[in-house]
Amino acid sequence: MSIFVQSIINGLNQGAIYALIALGYTMVYGILRMINFAHGDFIMVGAYTMFYTAPLMINYGMPPWMAVFLAVAACTVVGVLVERIAYKPVRHSGSMSALITALAMSLFLENLAMVLFGGNPKTVTKIFDLPMVEILGAKIQMKYLLTLGIGLAIMVALTMFVRMTKLGKAMRAVPQDREAATIVGINVDRIITVTFAIGSALAAVAAMMYCSTYPRCTTDMGSMMGIKAFIAAVLGGIGIIPGAMLGGLIVGVIEIFVKVYLAPGWYEAITYGILIIVLLIKPSGILGKNAGEKV
Amino acid sequence: MLEVKDLYVNYGAVEAIKGISFTVKPGEIVTLIGANGAGKTTTLHTISGLTKAKSGSITYNGTDLLKTEPSKIITLGIAHVPEGRHVFPEMSVEDNLQMGAYISKNKEQVAESMKDVYEKFPRLKERRKQLAGTLSGGEQQMLAVGRALMSKPGIILMDEPSMGLSPLLVKEVFAIIREIHEAGITVLLNEQNARMALSIADRAYVLETGTISISGDAQELLKDERVKKAYLGQ
Repeated sequence: MSIFVQSIINGLNQGAIYALIALGYTMVYGILRMINFAHGDFIMVGAYTMFYTAPLMINYGMPPWMAVFLAVAACTVVGVLVERIAYKPVRHSGSMSALITALAMSLFLENLAMVLFGGNPKTVTKIFDLPMVEILGAKIQMKYLLTLGIGLAIMVALTMFVRMTKLGKAMRAVPQDREAATIVGINVDRIITVTFAIGSALAAVAAMMYCSTYPRCTTDMGSMMGIKAFIAAVLGGIGIIPGAMLGGLIVGVIEIFVKVYLAPGWYEAITYGILIIVLLIKPSGILGKNAGEKV
Repeated sequence: MLEVKDLYVNYGAVEAIKGISFTVKPGEIVTLIGANGAGKTTTLHTISGLTKAKSGSITYNGTDLLKTEPSKIITLGIAHVPEGRHVFPEMSVEDNLQMGAYISKNKEQVAESMKDVYEKFPRLKERRKQLAGTLSGGEQQMLAVGRALMSKPGIILMDEPSMGLSPLLVKEVFAIIREIHEAGITVLLNEQNARMALSIADRAYVLETGTISISGDAQELLKDERVKKAYLGQ
């Protein structure tokens, strides 16, 4: 029982990280019909920002987690610049150009990080110094509960934002009908920028959650996490915001349960296997509408 | 006043509009009639900034529309009811209307406009929580018109509002156009249904493969032999 509770919490924590990253993929896909392969690397940008700035925070007598605000700022700037400099010029050149540009951007960011930060892995300062707590007889690290709470709170806030606010509604309107959005006065370029900014900021929070669980950053850390989060987005139904959240949580929980109960070495194979099965049954993902329909 | 002068528009490699000029004066209903592919939709798209012009000019109350950012056109008082409705399918009727007033910062004014639209279209009020994509064609047309009215426009560009609707609904749509006009809004109407369009319009232009072939008073065009033969099926 205690292992089960522990695994659930760990799985949801892991899943919340994937979900925050998956949201970035899905929002950009929704608006541009493009997979931003560089999105995973935004996490790396966030993680390195945490690595360099968390000790500074401590020096100035502030808690190290405050570095997340700098990570959010850094990721937002990088995300918006990538869109403006690399993606916008090829926006009308077809999906293949966009795809190759995104792949190139991912390689560029990873190699730039290699040059700037060096090839050796870095160990991030302890971000949260919290005790263990006992829930239903299970000993659980308080920091897992905290980051899970932060992740879920952000997802709720994002959902409220896109449902209730005018800017959020405009963000949903643009992918549904770009022409109509323009004629009612929505500046589509501005909405795309806002989407990249929000997606990148979420990646920064994911980086903070990741670093508090696994305090290590490498220049290629974004690729693997990016791929898994992308899978989560597809699993939930790409382009659909609640789908990304659900997909992320499912992938995280499955991963931890396979690690704990089945075979640790198999968790990735099984995660991908489940994705294949779900997509065979429902090609548009769990929450997806009929394939081909704009959502 | 809307003034289109010597407008040329290319659609890909095709010359869609080849030097048309026309005007719409305040308070008028002006209709562009013509067959499919004559360039009616391209003309409205160019006014709204959705399509770029090759040369020529379009001005509205002195503002050069060809130099205006497309999303700013509505702020000048030009609303567009596009061909095929183009409602936001995954948003509720109410959110669609709210998006129509996207440029307005005054919340009370938006609420007031929404009340007016619901008064004009009680059906939309009944269905305000429903997703726009689940509405019938006629209801979607009402929503597209309602959305355009939300911005309190001076002129409405209407593109084929009767397309795909039953004869009964077509009558209803034309009654609404008349109502909008009586409320003081200028109307530029694209229609394939030439008889209906000419019956409510003040003036008309006939578009033929990108050029204006005939123009004049709508009542006179109804009697024009060429128009009768080509567009009224007589």
